[in-house]
Amino acid sequence: MEPKTYELTVPADVDRLHDVLAFVDDLLEQHDCSMKAQMQINVALEELFVNIAHYAYPDSAGKATIRVCVHSEYAEITLIDSGIPYDPLAKPDPDITLGAQDRPIGGLGIFMTKKLMDYVSYEYKNGRNILTIKKVF
Amino acid sequence: MLNIIKTINNGNVIFALEGRLDTTTAPELDQELKNSLDGVTTLIIDMKDLVYISSAGLRILLSAQKIMNKQGKMMIRNANETVMEIFEVTGFSDILTIE
Repeated sequence: MEPKTYELTVPADVDRLHDVLAFVDDLLEQHDCSMKAQMQINVALEELFVNIAHYAYPDSAGKATIRVCVHSEYAEITLIDSGIPYDPLAKPDPDITLGAQDRPIGGLGIFMTKKLMDYVSYEYKNGRNILTIKKVF
Repeated sequence: MLNIIKTINNGNVIFALEGRLDTTTAPELDQELKNSLDGVTTLIIDMKDLVYISSAGLRILLSAQKIMNKQGKMMIRNANETVMEIFEVTGFSDILTIE
């Protein structure tokens, strides 16, 4: 049986972060996702949604769509926006061996997403940024 | 979503965190820390009841660590498994003092 796909579209605004996380958490809980995987998905989703909220629409208000498909062993989540083209995966990874004094504040979000997820991909298609993550439960 | 319980004792400050340290709650902790660190030589952050941390939370911890490196020491206590894994993946386990 093909797994169902669920979709939520919200204004791309940090104030909606908890709506996004609650939407995804509900679906993961229904499919017996482990608490650990759920928290890791939360971290990745927060980074990606907040990125869209902060940078996708510099001059206007826009929307973000979160599409969730839960398979028997993994969850696949896609974030879609029609803001300026931006590939967050193109950024070089931060140097995580630096001491506290030399570390820049920030720049860790996408790195954590790559580390915590089993798969991350980006494409720009039909005027939309499409970022997909997959996590095995 | 985040409760911050602050205890002050002779130049030691303990921040006990309850809930989630994320994009929406990190600014509260940042403000509390900025208001509290003058003259403090030991800062303890108790994470017993912290269930979640994202990069926004890490940012605040790093800036607190930078301040405390100049004036004393900072320690993290009772981080749970989820939070510890975030510290390990990001190399924060090497720059923070975790007890």
